[in-house]
Amino acid sequence: MSIIQAKNVSIRYITGDFKDIGLKEYVIKKITRKYKVKEFWADKDVSFSLEQGDMLGIIGSNGAGKSTLLKAVSGIMIPTKGHMETHGTIAALLELTSGFDKDMTVKENTYLRGAMLGYTREFMDEKYSEIIAFAELEEFEDRAYKQLSSGMKSRLAFSIACLVKPDIIILDEVLSVGDGAFRKKSGNKMKEILATGVTGIIVSHSIPQIRDMCNKILWLDHGNQIAFTEEVQLYCDAYEEFLLTKKLPKTKDDIFALAQAHDERLEQERLEKQLKEQKRIEKVLEQGTSDAAIDAALNVIRKNRPELLNPEIFSENK
Amino acid sequence: MFKKLRENKFLFEELVKRDFKKKYTRTVLGVFWSLLSPLLQLLVMSLVFKQFFGRNTPHYTIYLFCGTLLFNWYKEATKGGMAALVSNANIFTKVNVPKYLFLLSKNIQAFINFILTLVIFAIFLAFDKIVPTWRFVLLIYPIICLIFFNIGVGMVLSALNVFFRDIAYLYDIFCMLLSYLSAIFYSIDRFDESVQRYFMLNPMYCYISYFREVVIDASIPGPYHHALCAGFALVMIIIGAWTYRHYNQKFLYYL
Repeated sequence: MSIIQAKNVSIRYITGDFKDIGLKEYVIKKITRKYKVKEFWADKDVSFSLEQGDMLGIIGSNGAGKSTLLKAVSGIMIPTKGHMETHGTIAALLELTSGFDKDMTVKENTYLRGAMLGYTREFMDEKYSEIIAFAELEEFEDRAYKQLSSGMKSRLAFSIACLVKPDIIILDEVLSVGDGAFRKKSGNKMKEILATGVTGIIVSHSIPQIRDMCNKILWLDHGNQIAFTEEVQLYCDAYEEFLLTKKLPKTKDDIFALAQAHDERLEQERLEKQLKEQKRIEKVLEQGTSDAAIDAALNVIRKNRPELLNPEIFSENK
Repeated sequence: MFKKLRENKFLFEELVKRDFKKKYTRTVLGVFWSLLSPLLQLLVMSLVFKQFFGRNTPHYTIYLFCGTLLFNWYKEATKGGMAALVSNANIFTKVNVPKYLFLLSKNIQAFINFILTLVIFAIFLAFDKIVPTWRFVLLIYPIICLIFFNIGVGMVLSALNVFFRDIAYLYDIFCMLLSYLSAIFYSIDRFDESVQRYFMLNPMYCYISYFREVVIDASIPGPYHHALCAGFALVMIIIGAWTYRHYNQKFLYYL
């Protein structure tokens, strides 16, 4: 049985003059016939299914309909057309830091957020100190939330969210949180959670992360489903190339072509880099007037790039 | 709905706590202020109006207090409720929670305030030498009706507020009009019989006059009066529930 099953999900959004207007403006715009509402489909005919333990990465540029799709999965929105079925508890971490109250203390906010994520009070009582310790906010427990730095805010948000033990976990751009050290810590924690066999959906602009964590890929572009596939590496290659060339693949051959181009480009870049390094070292060697400089340079090369001392390369350059 | 409410009990408690703290931590006098302010209002009104309207009305201060007690509660509950959706938009657009929780939280807060004022009301009764009778138990009836009425009105207003942000100003004016029509500081005896009947079409007057009949006249309102009290509450809660059900998804587009 699939844990998540999306069948031809289409979600319609409306935009236009109606946001943030008052009754007065509405009436005036209606009378002068300037009231315009535009419909657009944030997601068109998206289908995918996930089994227990699957990790789906959703890729696509801004406005591709990723976040809207996640809202449909988490039940905040109901698809306009099509069908979305989920089995099990869902923890949706969408835009981590929103939903906190700036005037309340860290402790109060922690409990409120825990409640929003569907934990019980007993669970929060038990885990509270662990959360604060993980977020490294022991000294700030009774400070108002607005006094925290933005890094601390996202650390707190992430730490609360980390405790989830759901059947389905949805992560929307939450894996790049805090400074380097914390990012590493949070990455490890996330992997720990994912290793327990939850089914997950990740939205991330970091392709290496997707490659690293996902076994399925859903590629969206302006609401259209480009691909839903298990060939993660191939499609990630193609997607990275697409980001550069902006050529949308239409067939499987296009994908292969893109992936091919990607590999070629990488190879090219690698060669260029190597050449650059080589030139740099040559320059050092040329300019080194004293024997000591030459010795030093040679030592470095021997240690770091022994292949540069390979006679073949030198013969190539000659 | 009740099943969902139980599932979200913890969240609901936290929301109530949050709303309560946010309201009272900013003022120096805290909870005390919410008691003082209706008292001051009562003082001013009784000073101003006693000479004009109070001469023929026995227990005029209590008469006035019945009116302000219920009307202030109504006003606080509905005005607080009106902001419930807009101010919590960043929560329910990110997490899947029932939207009426926010409204109920505001209503609970207003209700707590009402109960506190009710205690003061009881003290005033003692001062005015009104002896409580067993009929006072009946007061629970209009209170329960008004709870539901407030929630219903709050639902409609909070939905309207999502669509039209200037509703708050219009509602202020509406509230003023409604308070004048609710015979808070005057007696409707001075009107014709034919006009008096129409006052009962105003839900607030309906609840206030129920209170007065029990407290001041020590009598039991007729069955027609009872039916009206429940009727208004029922109609409002149905309209409110329909609004939330119908616009549940549309709210998301507007926020």
